[in-house]
Amino acid sequence: MSDSNGHKEAMDSAGFPPYTDYALGAPVTDAKAPDGPIAERWDRRRFEAKLVNPANRRKHTVIVVGTGLAGGAAGATLAEQGYHVVQFCYQDSPRRAHSIAAQGGINAAKNYRNDGDSIHRLFYDTVKGGDFRARESNVHRLAQVSVEIIDQCVAQGVPFAREYGGLLDTRSFGGVQVSRTFYARGQTGQQLLLGAYQALSRQIGAGNVELHPRTEMLDLLVVAGRARGIVARDLVTGRIDTYFADAVVLASGGYGNVFYLSTNAMNSNATAVWRAHRRGAYFANPCFTQIHPTCIPRTGDHQSKLTLMSESLRNDGRIWVPKAKGDTRPAAEIPEDERDYYLERIYPAFGNLVPRDIASRAAKNVCDEGRGVGPGGQGVYLDFADAIARMGRAAVEEKYGNLFDMYERITAENPYEVPMRIYPAVHYTMGGLWVDYDLQTTVPGLFAIGEANFSDHGANRLGASALMQGLADGYFVLPSTINDYLARNPHRADEEGVNAEHPAVQEAVADTEDRLNLLLAVDGDRTPDSFHRELGEIMWEYCGMARTDAGLRKALELIPRLREEFWRRIKVPGTGEEFNQSLEKANRIVDYFELAELMCLDALHRAESCGGHFREESQTPDGEAARQDEAFSYAAAWEFTGTGAAPVLHKEDLVFEYVHPTQRSYA
Amino acid sequence: MKLTLRVWRQRTPEAEGAMATYEVDGISADMSFLEMLDTLNEELILAGDDPVAFDHDCREGICGACSLVINGEAHGPERTTTCQLHMRSFRDGDTIDIEPWRAAAFPVVRDLVVDRSAFDRVIQAGGYVSVPTGAAPEAHATPVPKADADFAFEHAECIGCGACVAACPNGSAMLFTSAKVNHLNVLPQGAPERESRVLDMVEAMDAEGFGGCTNTGECAVACPKGIPLPSIAAMNREYLRATMRGR
Ligand SMILES: Cc1cc2nc3c(=O)[nH]c(=O)nc-3n(C[C@H](O)[C@H](O)[C@H](O)COP(=O)(O)OP(=O)(O)OC[C@H]3O[C@@H](n4cnc5c(N)ncnc54)[C@H](O)[C@@H]3O)c2cc1C
Ligand code: FES
Repeated sequence: MSDSNGHKEAMDSAGFPPYTDYALGAPVTDAKAPDGPIAERWDRRRFEAKLVNPANRRKHTVIVVGTGLAGGAAGATLAEQGYHVVQFCYQDSPRRAHSIAAQGGINAAKNYRNDGDSIHRLFYDTVKGGDFRARESNVHRLAQVSVEIIDQCVAQGVPFAREYGGLLDTRSFGGVQVSRTFYARGQTGQQLLLGAYQALSRQIGAGNVELHPRTEMLDLLVVAGRARGIVARDLVTGRIDTYFADAVVLASGGYGNVFYLSTNAMNSNATAVWRAHRRGAYFANPCFTQIHPTCIPRTGDHQSKLTLMSESLRNDGRIWVPKAKGDTRPAAEIPEDERDYYLERIYPAFGNLVPRDIASRAAKNVCDEGRGVGPGGQGVYLDFADAIARMGRAAVEEKYGNLFDMYERITAENPYEVPMRIYPAVHYTMGGLWVDYDLQTTVPGLFAIGEANFSDHGANRLGASALMQGLADGYFVLPSTINDYLARNPHRADEEGVNAEHPAVQEAVADTEDRLNLLLAVDGDRTPDSFHRELGEIMWEYCGMARTDAGLRKALELIPRLREEFWRRIKVPGTGEEFNQSLEKANRIVDYFELAELMCLDALHRAESCGGHFREESQTPDGEAARQDEAFSYAAAWEFTGTGAAPVLHKEDLVFEYVHPTQRSYA
Repeated sequence: MKLTLRVWRQRTPEAEGAMATYEVDGISADMSFLEMLDTLNEELILAGDDPVAFDHDCREGICGACSLVINGEAHGPERTTTCQLHMRSFRDGDTIDIEPWRAAAFPVVRDLVVDRSAFDRVIQAGGYVSVPTGAAPEAHATPVPKADADFAFEHAECIGCGACVAACPNGSAMLFTSAKVNHLNVLPQGAPERESRVLDMVEAMDAEGFGGCTNTGECAVACPKGIPLPSIAAMNREYLRATMRGR
């Protein structure tokens, strides 16, 4: 039975019965991390890796899907090494990848401030920040490589903020005690991405990278157990083509858009990773999602995305809601003693600077109590009145002016005069394709880098660490480890008979065509967006900031029902042989349904709270996330068994030799 | 509010295009311009029509994907990107014309979507520093005076949306090209390729069919990121310097 039959079956009125169960498979015992002292592991791995003779590299083709920080860096670097790179993005230009939107900064253990930072401290902070759900070896390597990233970016001409002496400026970010975040005003992601894009452009110009913009990967080609290429659709002509390679790298970003509303770019999607998962790549910790506390609240049903406001605002703004439920007076008319500065009240030591997950959950709680402000009561105040009184308006403007302007542009409210309104929003996904130390998935020859993999952030990512990881993977880690794979598997795709006539290739192409044709054929009465929005509401309600056994079971009942309705009522106008944005959307939603189910199952099975995953059943007496290390100190790697079928769970036990697990406390 | 939209419809690059008129109702002032178009598209789909194709991604004013000429102005009446324009800039009963970027070097793909790959090719010609991964010296080995770093940043802010080209009566890409030349040429890291960069990028720009600059200044007015007009003069100086020195 080909995979597409799964979708045909989905159209039967019987649909799929909901599943809340799973089978336990063999544990993952070898993540390929070398042993020995942690600081020497990366060197050892690089030394033990086999190399590909430079003269032979030109003969090898590597496909890179994605041109964000991870993909852009990898494509450029692999081409510099001499490989023939074939690269894809869905945007019209590689420069528009979602990485462009990152604001705050990038961490690196340079210790330029002489404030006690070190590779070991960055390693320690990241393991702890991830609430002890990441692999120590990977995180240590990330911290080691971080220092080289800054050198590389500066050499490319990335205009980081500088001090008057001409040296690089840094700031402290995300509640850490050292100043290790490098930044370029509020546009760090943009500047880093343009650096990678320019390096990539140089290789495109030199003929070493063959770029396919406006081309979307719709399936992975696995032949004789190895990743051998992709099926992709030219978004302008609608043409479906196959591309062959000796290794495939997915750098396709995160899957936050499962929630419909998120801070991700509108077209960020999960199709590349989900299709790879269906072809055998394990998906790890899908329920680990990060919800950012300071986003601009939604204004109505027309809302298409949410905008992040930098976390730095919490350094000077005070968060509050009215003490009384349903108080609709304007903020200025609510007297001081009728305001609840709830973070300062509950967490007197950290106040407004508690970590992201705690701030987000507290906002949800006060809104659930009926004390939220603004339209629909889905917002809390972030008030600068005290800061303006203390520092003066000019100083506030100097520090936050661009953010205030952005806020005013979107809301038409002047935050110098009325408090900002903020609400949490989905922001980042720590889960992703399971990868070993070499960033290779469970499909040989398939690698995953950047936000698309699960590797470094455990259950919670620290601010300014995603950019670091994307560039670490793309510039330094993957280009090194992929050599080993290609050296050990020197036979090229064409030498092994992989071509358009191969039955596995034909099956994958037919599968893709069937799926798209089916979407076009239903001709129902609901738009793709209406389904996406409804799925998002289910996920936000039951798999969002706070999760319960009952709620997750409910979601696992609702999602298959919605999927079944989707296949009966979806309406996609036009044809497959043209530029058709509705078809693109509908096809992405197909994958969101399945991924959403796996996220809920993962959240259901992990009956502990950790990092961004909060299970109401597992909290300390004062309402903090309670980890359960004895039962859950593992990464959950899920194996696909069929649409609507219970997956198989493979556990990778996490061993902490250097950073000993402790319970967080911010009270 | 209730609005009349006159939208450019064109099925394929080869097809003839024309303006089509639509009415939309129930538009709230809080909607972004693109959310207003989303509303139209939802209605079109349900009515069995093809939705209007337009480019967009981040909807935060940074990716440079969105690109509409609104009532004759690139990105519309405010100095921002289309995605950051809100409906409160319009009034109930307004008629709004929505067209794609119009420039010889940006052919229409469908409806409001154009092909801006010419920009990428200009960058490929020299808009980079040739520094392979791993070859970089320690970041603090070369201090950069703050004024130069700020100048570089100001030009590096370009989002490559193409509003400058769309606004220019000649369809010139001088502002885009000069932004990148100035960003890299002022930095010590960009110095070794200073001459070849400007010569190659200008050559590529001309080869793509962008028009010449006649100093109308429309580009800088339309630029949502405020790339300054003197950027062009600065590039011209770089160009002159490079031609005098040779490569
Ligand atoms: C608003 C915002 C602010 C942030 N700020 C920070 C910050 O200050 N510091 C920090 O460290 N992190 C930040 N992050 C997180 C960080 O930006 C991302 O995690 C990171 O940029 C992801 O990079 P990436 O290369 O993995 O993927 P992306 O940049 O998302 O790139 C994905 C690429 O894959 C392509 N693609 C996807 N699917 C397909 C497909 N099927 N076929 C073909 N191509 C495909 C896309 O075209 C794109 O080129 C922020 C995130 C957001 C949303
Ligand atoms: S959609 Fe990204 S700049 Fe407008």
